[in-house]
Amino acid sequence: MSEEAATPEVLLDIRNITLRFGGVEALRDISFDIRKGEVRAIIGPNGAGKSSMLNVINGFYHPQEGEIWFKGERRGPLKPSQIARQGVARTFQNIALFSGMTTLDNIMTGRLTRTRATMLDQIIWWGRAEREEYEHRARVEEIIDFLEIQSIRKTPVGRLPYGLQKRVELGRALAAEPELLLLDEPMAGMNVEEKEDMCRFVLDVNEEFGTTIALIEHDMGVVMDISNRVVVLDYGRKIGDGTPDEVRSNPEVIDAYLGVAHD
Amino acid sequence: MSDQLLFSIEAAINGLMTGILYALVALGFVLIFKASEIFNYAQGVMALFAALTLVGLQKGQVPFAELINAIFGTNIHEFGWEMPTALALLLTIGVMVLFAILVERIVLRHLVNQAPIILFMATIGLAFFMEGFGDLMWGSDIKALDIGLPKGLSETVDQTTFEWFGYGFFIDRLDVAAAIVAAVLVTALVLFSQYTRIGRALRAVADDHQAALSVGISLRLIWVIVWAVAGFVALVAGAMWGAKSGVQFSLSLIALKALPVLMLGGFTSIPGAIVGGLIIGAGEKLFELWVGPLIGGATENWFAYMLALVFLVFRPQGLFGEKIIERV
Amino acid sequence: MFYREVGDFKTSYAEDQQTFPIAFDRWRYYVVIAVAFLVIPFIINDYWEKSVLLPFLVFSIAAIGLNILTGYCGQVSLGTGGFMAVGAYACYKLMTGFPELNIFFVVILSGFVTAAVGMVFGLPSLRIKGFYLAVATLAAQFFLVWLFNKVPWFYNYSASGQINAPERTVFGIAVTGAASPSWATYLFCLVFVFALAWAARNMTRGPLGRKWMAIRDMDIAAEIIGVSPLSTKLTAFAVSSFFIGIAGALYFSVWFGAVEVTEAFGINQSFRVLFMVILGGLGSIFGSFAGAAFLVLLPVFLKNVMVGALGWSTAIAANLELVIVGGLIVFFLIAEPHGLAALWRTAKEKLRLWPFPY
Repeated sequence: MSEEAATPEVLLDIRNITLRFGGVEALRDISFDIRKGEVRAIIGPNGAGKSSMLNVINGFYHPQEGEIWFKGERRGPLKPSQIARQGVARTFQNIALFSGMTTLDNIMTGRLTRTRATMLDQIIWWGRAEREEYEHRARVEEIIDFLEIQSIRKTPVGRLPYGLQKRVELGRALAAEPELLLLDEPMAGMNVEEKEDMCRFVLDVNEEFGTTIALIEHDMGVVMDISNRVVVLDYGRKIGDGTPDEVRSNPEVIDAYLGVAHD
Repeated sequence: MSDQLLFSIEAAINGLMTGILYALVALGFVLIFKASEIFNYAQGVMALFAALTLVGLQKGQVPFAELINAIFGTNIHEFGWEMPTALALLLTIGVMVLFAILVERIVLRHLVNQAPIILFMATIGLAFFMEGFGDLMWGSDIKALDIGLPKGLSETVDQTTFEWFGYGFFIDRLDVAAAIVAAVLVTALVLFSQYTRIGRALRAVADDHQAALSVGISLRLIWVIVWAVAGFVALVAGAMWGAKSGVQFSLSLIALKALPVLMLGGFTSIPGAIVGGLIIGAGEKLFELWVGPLIGGATENWFAYMLALVFLVFRPQGLFGEKIIERV
Repeated sequence: MFYREVGDFKTSYAEDQQTFPIAFDRWRYYVVIAVAFLVIPFIINDYWEKSVLLPFLVFSIAAIGLNILTGYCGQVSLGTGGFMAVGAYACYKLMTGFPELNIFFVVILSGFVTAAVGMVFGLPSLRIKGFYLAVATLAAQFFLVWLFNKVPWFYNYSASGQINAPERTVFGIAVTGAASPSWATYLFCLVFVFALAWAARNMTRGPLGRKWMAIRDMDIAAEIIGVSPLSTKLTAFAVSSFFIGIAGALYFSVWFGAVEVTEAFGINQSFRVLFMVILGGLGSIFGSFAGAAFLVLLPVFLKNVMVGALGWSTAIAANLELVIVGGLIVFFLIAEPHGLAALWRTAKEKLRLWPFPY
C-alpha cells in the first residue's frame, strides 16, 4: 500500500478490541481505523460481530480489552449519550424511531445535543428558547428537503412504510450534524429503487456535508460501489481490510463467504 | 432462651403464615403473567369478589338486592336458605369461570398487541369495576365467612411450646389449615402444568406466543383457562382471608401486598411467589416487632413496598426472574 | 365553514408551531380565558366553588403533573396521593413556621419541596421499568402517608392528627381559612392553573418535551442520540412532583382548609388522578383538563341524579360510580387509548372538512 504520500487524518482508531459476553467472545482483538471523510464499510457473514462493533463504537457495549481513539484522543468508558454529544450518530438495523412522535419531532430530537436553552428559558419560551427552536427547525427543514420527505413532515412515524421510516431515521442522525455517522444495514429489506435512493443519500451526505460514514451492509454490490475501504469480520475476528478490490481478491474473505472448509 | 428471641420466633412463624396468604394472591398474578404477559392488578379484587360471592351464596343473599329495592321500592334481601358450603364453592367456581370468559370476550380480545402498560392500566380499570360491581351485587357490609375450617388458638402448639420453652406460642389453627390448603393447591397446579395437555399448552404459550399459535394452540382458549384458574386461586385466597378476618373491602388492599411479593420473587416464577410471600410475611412482622416501636408502629403499611423497592434497585429481575438483557 | 386552515397561510416557523394553528381555536381560547378570569368570579357561589370549580382547578394541576410523568415520559406512577400529601404538609409547615410569608410563595415553595421528594423516589426509575416502577411508586405512596400520620412534628403535635390552614391573605383578601370569599379562592387557584398550564405547554413543545417523549417511546435509542436517561427521568419526576405538590398544597390550604392524611391522600387519590390522565388522554395538556373535568363532574352528576332525584342511597351511587369509571377506563383503553383529547381532535378533523365528508 502506498498511502504515505498524503496520510489522511484518522478520525476513529480501534485498537485491539476484545468484547466478551460471559464466555462468548463476540469480538477478538480487532483493530482498524476510520479516516476523516471516507465511507468505511464493515462486512461479514451473519453473527460475525458487525453490530457489536458499532455498539462498541457508540458506547452501548464496553469492550473488556483494547482502546478507542477518537479525534486523536483516547476515549474513556463513556455513556452512549456522552459519545453522541462528541459527534457520533447512528441508525439501527431494526428501526428505532420514536413511534409516538411525528417525522418533524423525530428529526428535531437529533438536535437535542445542540440545545443551549436552559429549563427556565424553555418554561418562559419567549426569547432564547423560541429563537433556538426556530433555528433548529430551519436546519431540520433543510434535512427534510434533502431527504425529500416534505409531505410526511407531520405524520406520526408509526404510520409510515418501512422505506420512509429508514429515511426518517437517517434524517434524525443527520440532524445531529455528526462527524462520524454509523449506519447499521441502511438498505436492508429495501427494493432496488429504494436502495438506489438510499445509496444516493449516503454518498450525498458524505460529499456535501463531508461526514465520515461507517456502514454495515450485506449487499456486496452496494458495498463495493460506495465505500472507500472495507473491513471484513468473521466469527469476531478481522479477516480482511483494504479497498474493495483488495478485499474482493483476499482468499480468506472468499473462503468465509463461500464457506470453503478449512482442513 | 430469652423472651425477645421467643417473641421473635413467634412473630416470624405468624408472619410466615400471613406470607402464605400473600403468596396465594401472588400465585394468581404469576399464572396470568406467564400465560399472557398481563400484569393483572385486579387479582386482589378478584379474591374479594370471589369471597363475596361465596358468602352471598352461602347465606342465600339476593344479588343486587339494594339496587333492586332502590329501583322498584321493594324490600327483599335474602332468599331465606342456607346453601351447603360445598355447593356454594362449586357455584362460585362457576361464577369465576364465567368471569374469565367475559374478561376474555369483552376486554382481552380487544387489547391484543397493546403495550404491557396499557394492559396493566386496563386491569386497574377492571379492578375498580369489579369492586363497585361486587359491592352492588352483595352489599358493602363486613361479612363473616365460615367454610368449616378449624379456628382459634392451637392448644397443641401452645402446650408443646410451653413445655419446651416455658412460653406458649400463639398460632391460629386457621393459619395452619391455610398453609396446608396452599401447599395442596400449589402441588396441584404444578402437577396440572407438568402432566396435562392443557398444562403443556400453557407452558408453550408462556414460552413463546407466536410459536404456540403456529402449532395450533388456541390463544383465546388458553387465556380463558388461565383466567379461570387464576379465579380459582383467587377464590381460595379470598376464602382463607375471609375466614380469617371477615370479607370486607380492606381485603383487596391487603391483596395489594402481593405486588411487592411479586417484585421480590419475579413475575414469572411460582417458587418466587411463594418464597417472596414468606419473606415479606415474616419480614414485616419482625420489622414491626423490632423497629416498629421506635418509629411509631404500623410499619406493616409500607415495609413490604420499601423492601421490594430497595431490593429491586439492586436486582431488577427479582429473586427468581430471568435476567433482563437489553438489546439495540 | 369558518373552521378552516385554508387561506390561513403560515409564513414562518413561529406561525406553523403555535399552540392553536387555527384562528377559530385561538379565538375560542381567548374567550375561555376571558370568561374564566372576568365572568366567573362575579357569578360564583359557595356550592360551585367547593364542589365543582376548586376541585376542577386543583385536579387539573395534579393531572397535568402526572401526565408529564406518565403521558410524556412514560413512567407510570401510583404515588400521586403521597406526593400531594408532601405538598400539603410542606404548605402547612411553611404557613405555621413563617406566618409572615405570603401564601403565594408558600404554595410555590411547597411545590419545590415536593419536587425534591419526587426526585428521590424517581431515582430507582433508572433501574426499574414499566409496571415494576409502578409498584415501586406504591412504596412512596404508603411510606409518605404513614410518615405524615405517625410523626407528630408534621402536624405540629395536634391532638386530632389533622392539619388546619390558618387564614392567609393576598392583597389583603383572605384566600385560606373559613372567611375566604369564593371568588378569591377561585381566582387564587386559577392564577396557578393558568401559569402552570402555560409552563407545561412550553416545556412539552420544546426540547425538554422531546427528550421526555424519546425516553417514553424507546429509551435505548434516546440514549444513543444523546439523551441522558437519568437526568431526563429525574427532570420529569421533579417537574411532575412540583405540579402535584402545588395541587396538594392548594387542596389542603384553599379547598378543604383541614385534612387528615390517610383520608385525603390515600391510594384512591393516586388512582383518581391516574384515571383523569388516562380518560383525558396520555400526553396531552388539554386532555388533563378534560379528564379532570370529567371525573370531577361525574360524581356530582351521579349524586344529583341518583341521590337527589331518585332518592337512592349514597352507597349505591358510590358503587355505581366505581362501576362506571372502571368500565370507562377499560372502554377508553380499548376504543381510544388517547382519551377524550383524541375524540376532541377527531371531532375537529371532521369539522375542518365539513360539510364535505372527505
